[in-house]
Amino acid sequence: MPESELEALKRSGRIVVVGASLAGLRAAETLREKGFKGTLTMVGDEPYEPYDRPPLSKQVLLGMARAENTALPRRRAIEAEWRLGVPASGLDMAGRRVKLADGDEVPYDRLLIATGVRARPWPNEAEGELDGVFVLRTRADGAGLARRLEAGPRRVLVIGAGFTGSEIASACRERGLEVTVAERADAPLVGALGGVIGAVAAGMHREHGVDLRTGVMVTRLEGDAGGRVRAAHLSDGAVVECDVVVVCLGAQRNTEWLAGSGLGAGPRGIACDAGCRAFGITGIVTDDIYVAGDVARSPHPLFGYQFLSLEHWGNAVSQAETAAHNMLSNSAGRRPHIWVPAFWSSQFGVNVKSVGVPTMGTEIMITQGSLGERRFAGVYGYQGRIIGAVTFDNARWLDFYQRQIEATAPFPPEFTNVDRRPEGSRPVPAEFPDPSIPTHGPTVTLSGYSPADRRMTFTPAGN
Amino acid sequence: MKQGILSQILDYSNRANPYPLYEELRRTPVFHDGEGPYVVSTYHEIHGLLHDPRLSSDTRNRGAAAGDPLAGQEEGEQQLPPSFLKLDPPEHDRLRRMTNRPFGPPHSPRRIDGMRGELGSIVKGLIDGLADGRSRSGEGDGNGIDLVDQFSYPFPVTVICRLLGVPREDEARFHVWADTLAASLDPDPDADAEQREKATSSARMELGMYLAGLIEERRKNPGDDMLSQLAAGHGQGETMSTMELLSTAALLLIAGHETTVNLITNGMLTLLRHPDVLERLRREPQLAVPLVEELLRYEPPVQLLPQRTPLCDIEVCGVTIPKGAPMWLVLAAGNRDPKRFENPDRFDPDRRDIQHLGLGSGIHSCFGAPLARLEAQLALSELARRLHNPRLLEDPPPYRQNAVLRGPRHLVVACDDIRP
Ligand SMILES: Cc1cc2nc3c(=O)[nH]c(=O)nc-3n(C[C@H](O)[C@H](O)[C@H](O)COP(=O)(O)OP(=O)(O)OC[C@H]3O[C@@H](n4cnc5c(N)ncnc54)[C@H](O)[C@@H]3O)c2cc1C
Repeated sequence: MPESELEALKRSGRIVVVGASLAGLRAAETLREKGFKGTLTMVGDEPYEPYDRPPLSKQVLLGMARAENTALPRRRAIEAEWRLGVPASGLDMAGRRVKLADGDEVPYDRLLIATGVRARPWPNEAEGELDGVFVLRTRADGAGLARRLEAGPRRVLVIGAGFTGSEIASACRERGLEVTVAERADAPLVGALGGVIGAVAAGMHREHGVDLRTGVMVTRLEGDAGGRVRAAHLSDGAVVECDVVVVCLGAQRNTEWLAGSGLGAGPRGIACDAGCRAFGITGIVTDDIYVAGDVARSPHPLFGYQFLSLEHWGNAVSQAETAAHNMLSNSAGRRPHIWVPAFWSSQFGVNVKSVGVPTMGTEIMITQGSLGERRFAGVYGYQGRIIGAVTFDNARWLDFYQRQIEATAPFPPEFTNVDRRPEGSRPVPAEFPDPSIPTHGPTVTLSGYSPADRRMTFTPAGN
Repeated sequence: MKQGILSQILDYSNRANPYPLYEELRRTPVFHDGEGPYVVSTYHEIHGLLHDPRLSSDTRNRGAAAGDPLAGQEEGEQQLPPSFLKLDPPEHDRLRRMTNRPFGPPHSPRRIDGMRGELGSIVKGLIDGLADGRSRSGEGDGNGIDLVDQFSYPFPVTVICRLLGVPREDEARFHVWADTLAASLDPDPDADAEQREKATSSARMELGMYLAGLIEERRKNPGDDMLSQLAAGHGQGETMSTMELLSTAALLLIAGHETTVNLITNGMLTLLRHPDVLERLRREPQLAVPLVEELLRYEPPVQLLPQRTPLCDIEVCGVTIPKGAPMWLVLAAGNRDPKRFENPDRFDPDRRDIQHLGLGSGIHSCFGAPLARLEAQLALSELARRLHNPRLLEDPPPYRQNAVLRGPRHLVVACDDIRP
């Protein structure tokens, strides 16, 4: 783009951000910081100003903060036109317009999509609507669940022991509530950190009085005559009586509104290049549409150019900043988003952190501390290099492991270090579940013969 | 022949302003001059090494032939097991964790803030004392006030006494021991070394006996103080032995004392050299919070860490630092690395992005940081408020010998009046 056009964009262009949450807000702030003086429209389907989600499964459930008070701190004024409480319902790529559910259309010169993900609901709709059944993604979810916990239910059932489910179970125990956790895998956190760490997490659950059931699925939720949940049936035949159920089965990307738009958006997110520019279904990168946050899927050079979609707070912030920078830059000035994935969680009084991509790891080695003490650092190995790391109550070392990952340091690590115990003398299998489960991948089919009538059809595979 | 840069740093004549030397040092991020230590002076490299589990803080891992001019400088705990400052995990973690329980979050989130009022009245008492001294000697100007002897020294020791639970009537005795021990860290080359060594070891002995007695007493009659709570231990089968308790108490005393003195004194010196900032602080006492952060960057009380040792050969910036070699991490040089901070030699309390190395980083980052910050914030804002038209009578002031714990030995100021 000629310099003058870029200057015109900065001076009086129109930028629309869809998704008014963490990524959307940080991008808007960055745009202003980089000198964007034009019109900025923030479209969000939730009625509130941007708020922070991590406290919803931690401080809010402990009664230490109210869901209503988790507004994100503002880094600077953004002077935006807010369209809150209205979902975007469609995109006209050729005409550069975002369609809103209330019938309005907002024109743009640059569009940022940051619509994130939503909680995967309980698959049986009627059961999912029983009173007392929750998911936890939004401020409203958090407020509702906190109120229910406040009222002192007799037993809470958490379905799914990933990070969110584990944090909820932890909060319940801290409040002295009885809680059952049902998990399909053999241990909590297995999907994210593998079975070796999962076993440690299982120990934490049990030691804190969680009734942890692994290797089982919830098959049915049962309500009473008043439409309130009263019990859950498990695949092993057990029945758990409970008056609150929290469904923590992961997330679905908010991309349906883009169906038919020509953008490469589907259940796995919106593919974009390392500079956050969205791909069309043709595989050609767009010039004016950018993506950031949980909804994005972008190639990472450090991890074999795999398209990673990350549901990480830090990723949302950094990707939003990169997208905003690139939206106002010429091709030579654009930057790649090469953030090294990092995640934190806090459960049962333990600070859990990871960097890199542990799920790519085939082996793990505990390089510091010990699993038994639940204070340790472990590195994940993949094809002879360090690909990820995890710490339990040992986060101050994480910077070091991040640099090892960045430097593709050899695995198993060859160095001597403090606090190495006998169990850290050799690597063991990391025990991730078999990855050969069917994916939710979209399909592209080709038809026609001559270059002129070659057609590409994109089918966003159903869930 | 030009003197080597490390000896120039240690040379007393450069004490008042070592920053040009640090600038020279940064040109070689990992400097090694034959026999001596490997000296790291750039921000990112120091930060990386402070988070590197291949480095040990336990000097027992240091090679026998290690040539470090600073080796053996800060002894004084020989009869005791090493404090957690000089230990690696897991022992470090265990002792630091137990020490932290009565000191900070999550178990004691209000300990430091709860001392705010008490710290304020100690500061007030000391400044009132300065005023009394002036009126007694009948001078309005002239000889001036030595802020080091009359303020920065007594303040942190009194604070530590209150924190540990030393009874008021014993505080005076405690001050004498503490000052003797502190002096041993900063030997005056003119004094009689043998004499000093004798005084130091008897102070150490008396202080140790005193603390041991106090610990016994607190085991029987626990109070709300840290010593009682450390002695009592806290669940999970974790308790400190009496020896561990003594070395921890000695660490709190020495580390808490030696650094805060310099933080406050360097702070006043910097403010007196930047009268506009001093005036702003007088009007907006809340400026003390960012100001102390900038101070920790600009004039850190601990200039360098001389006690890390690699457990295996490690490579930094293309230089292989061999296993067991002595290393210096020059925090004060990293704090002024232009690759990390814009305009690093400018003192700017409005600086926003300020992750300095003044309190270290990683697992050994300053244990007493919340207390040191609060002490410095209260001290500087009160001095700014009460001293009317303060000015330096000697610039640069005379410095202490110590190149590691660097700060003025005296800071003589004059002022027109001391406000109530
Ligand atoms: C309970 C909980 C705990 C968490 N804890 C941690 C943690 O400890 N550590 C960590 O790293 N991460 C954590 N996360 C993840 C972190 O919160 C997310 O990574 C982050 O919120 C992503 O930000 P985002 O802006 O990309 O997406 P979101 O925050 O999901 O925001 C997307 C927004 O877009 C809106 N939207 C969707 N569709 C439309 C549409 N068509 N039109 C308009 N608006 C739309 C959505 O309603 C939403 O407000 C947690 C998340 C949850 C839910």
